[in-house]
Amino acid sequence: MTDSPNISFVRHVPLPPSPSPVAQTGIIKWMRENLFSSIINSILTILSIFFVVKMVIAAAPWAWNGVWTTSSLRECRELLGGTTGACWSVLTERWNQLVFGFTYPKSEYWRPTLAFVLLMASVAPVLFSRLPRKLLIVSAVYPFVAFWLIWGGTILTPIFVGTALLAAYFSFVKMEQHVSFVVGLLTGLVVAVAVVYLGGFVTEVQAGFIALEPVASRDMGGFMLNLILGTICVSLSIPLGIILALGRQSNLPIIKGICVVFIEFIRGVPLITLLFVANVVLSYFFPPGTNLDLILRVIIMITLFSSAYIAEVIRGGLAALPRGQYEAADSLGLDYPQAMRLIILPQALKISIPGIVNVAVGLFKDTTLVSVISMFDLVGMIRGPIGSSTAWTGIYWELYVFAILLFFVVCYGISQYSQWLERQLRTDHN
Amino acid sequence: MSSPTGTETSGFRLSMLINDTRYRSLTFQAIALIALIFAIGYLVSNLFSNLSQAGLNIKWEFFTDTAGYDINQMPIAYDNQMSHGRASMVGAVNTLIVAFLACVSATVLGVAAGVLRLSKNWVVSKIMAVYVEAFRNVPVLIWILIIFLVMSNLLPQPREFRGDAATSSMWFDMVAFTNRGIYVPSLIMGSGAWTVILTFLASIAGVIWFRRHATKVLFDTGRMISTFLPSIGVLIVPTVLMFFILGSPIGLEYPELKGFNFKGGLHLRLSLIALWFALAIYTGAFIAENVRAGIQAISSGQTEAAAALGLWPGKVMSLIVLPQALRVIVPPLISQYLNITKNSSLAIAVGYMDITGTLGGITLNQTGRAIECILILMLFYLVISLSISAIMNIYNNTMKLQER
Repeated sequence: MTDSPNISFVRHVPLPPSPSPVAQTGIIKWMRENLFSSIINSILTILSIFFVVKMVIAAAPWAWNGVWTTSSLRECRELLGGTTGACWSVLTERWNQLVFGFTYPKSEYWRPTLAFVLLMASVAPVLFSRLPRKLLIVSAVYPFVAFWLIWGGTILTPIFVGTALLAAYFSFVKMEQHVSFVVGLLTGLVVAVAVVYLGGFVTEVQAGFIALEPVASRDMGGFMLNLILGTICVSLSIPLGIILALGRQSNLPIIKGICVVFIEFIRGVPLITLLFVANVVLSYFFPPGTNLDLILRVIIMITLFSSAYIAEVIRGGLAALPRGQYEAADSLGLDYPQAMRLIILPQALKISIPGIVNVAVGLFKDTTLVSVISMFDLVGMIRGPIGSSTAWTGIYWELYVFAILLFFVVCYGISQYSQWLERQLRTDHN
Repeated sequence: MSSPTGTETSGFRLSMLINDTRYRSLTFQAIALIALIFAIGYLVSNLFSNLSQAGLNIKWEFFTDTAGYDINQMPIAYDNQMSHGRASMVGAVNTLIVAFLACVSATVLGVAAGVLRLSKNWVVSKIMAVYVEAFRNVPVLIWILIIFLVMSNLLPQPREFRGDAATSSMWFDMVAFTNRGIYVPSLIMGSGAWTVILTFLASIAGVIWFRRHATKVLFDTGRMISTFLPSIGVLIVPTVLMFFILGSPIGLEYPELKGFNFKGGLHLRLSLIALWFALAIYTGAFIAENVRAGIQAISSGQTEAAAALGLWPGKVMSLIVLPQALRVIVPPLISQYLNITKNSSLAIAVGYMDITGTLGGITLNQTGRAIECILILMLFYLVISLSISAIMNIYNNTMKLQER
């Protein structure tokens, strides 16, 4: 430990670090690590790049050279004169049929469009809990407005149905506070039926009161039909799914048995067979003389279908709750409906939201199956009226690219939302 | 069911049925049961009054009537003079065929895509991400239709294989891709073919036994027996020997161009190919996500601990990571198989004659027996689904984490 005072020079300032070798910095380093780290990796990289380039070379000129202005496939082929190119003009000419179906009156296109815009506005407060809670009123009113906009008729019909539900809700709350849950439910039911029944007389007399031109269900088509079916069926099947899930989790053997048989039966058969039921069998089960239109029968069957899947998701949520939650609710002296509404369901539903969203995406994709029972949704329009029209027969890529894009945008958007939500709902600290 | 409730209440006040928790559940169940019976009774009575109004009834005799229609893909013997029941069976076998093919290829595709998506190679993982997202987010019906249309429009016609100036040629003189379908060599089973197949099955059993034995020796004595080469030997040598001893009983029949079409070989129709590929690619994307989730579920601590014990990477994968990941992967994988089977009913969109096409399509339309046909159709799918879920439950029970 001797000092060395005789050292002639000691550097006062440390040397600046010399730059890393070229191969260890920037893009080259990144490429070495991520693309060419081993022989197999390099081969994979080169193959993949080759594949991507090949795809782009095949698709880009075709899409870019596309013709947008002709009115038939023959004209388009003539205009292209043998060069590769897409006939996008089928979209410019037939976009309205692809979106709204081919019998929806053209002058009324603003109605479904407005309904769609309002859908976005009313779904937002449900999806994003940061938005002010008062906006939920918009969501509550929306179904009635949308019904009026899409199907037309007098505004009195949705108003009376809305009033009936409101009256039913208030009488339910009153009776539940004073008597019991079951009595509340029954009173609500009676009140709702009474209001709707009385309203029926008024609407019959005042059929023209602020009326929009009525549009029959069979005139709905195109992507609009997919959206209508998807939205209605998902929103109807959530309450049904909750009931089924509670039934399956309950310890009453008969109720549990009914729910299990229903859920397993529905989940065991393909949606197509259920659509066949809607198409040819379901009307046999209604009282003689009733004539439900096809779209309504399809909505019934798809709702039953998705409620079984949603029930399984919610059952997962219920099962994931610690037993302590159930016991705590019991020890507070809450009865079953109170415990479920105040303690169990809010937590269970929160856990199951991502699962429900997945079911919703799957269901929305499955709405294309209605084209098999000759309804003209987006796929049905492509296969039927447009694909077999004299002007456009033989065209398929352009139409399916359009369909793929529409579905991809909607489904990818929803699944990104669900992943975002999962991150938001995560309460652990990883 | 309401009678026991009645007898039990005889000693009590009636209000206890609602207010006493001991009896309330019974009351509710009785109410639910009665409501259910009434609902079903109502529906059934509607059904019968509607049927009698339309002059219909429910009968099953039509299953033995002559079907009278042709089926283009027949895995079992069938002609149009056979019964509707036989036609439905052909359809059922067709469903099982396409479901099996799609399950196998979707698994291969999905596992490859799931592993590659976790690859450190940026390009490869991005391509796999695009594949997964593109196929998961678009309806499978659209993919089936697109693959069908693309193949029937882009593949050459059989006559383009003809003559000296043929514009298309067969792959290795064995496989022909045409817009009428794919022609592949078919197997010709001579006498003794089954002996060869049985030999092969026996050698598979032999390999499994040998590997078990090797593991046992390793655990008992710590002595490692090399298993790789012997396994391959056992697998190949006896079968090949038997094959030549019996004088090549299994041969291939190549498809040949005769006139304007191919003859001989096995003709896989475009509808089968389109359905198979679309289901495989679509479900493969879902399986890829399951595989990725399964592998990511294994914490890196497991891998590191295995490495710290001195296991080399291959052993880490096969002994530590895979057994744990499989526990996560297999249940969703099996439910994907279920989805494939159910989605195979979309065959009707491209005209593949599965059970939905025969029983739920032509038979239904010809006989008008909608209720009977759809009931049987649903039962068929239900039986398949329930048996697959039963297998899944058995698997889950055997693989359950054994906790104290």
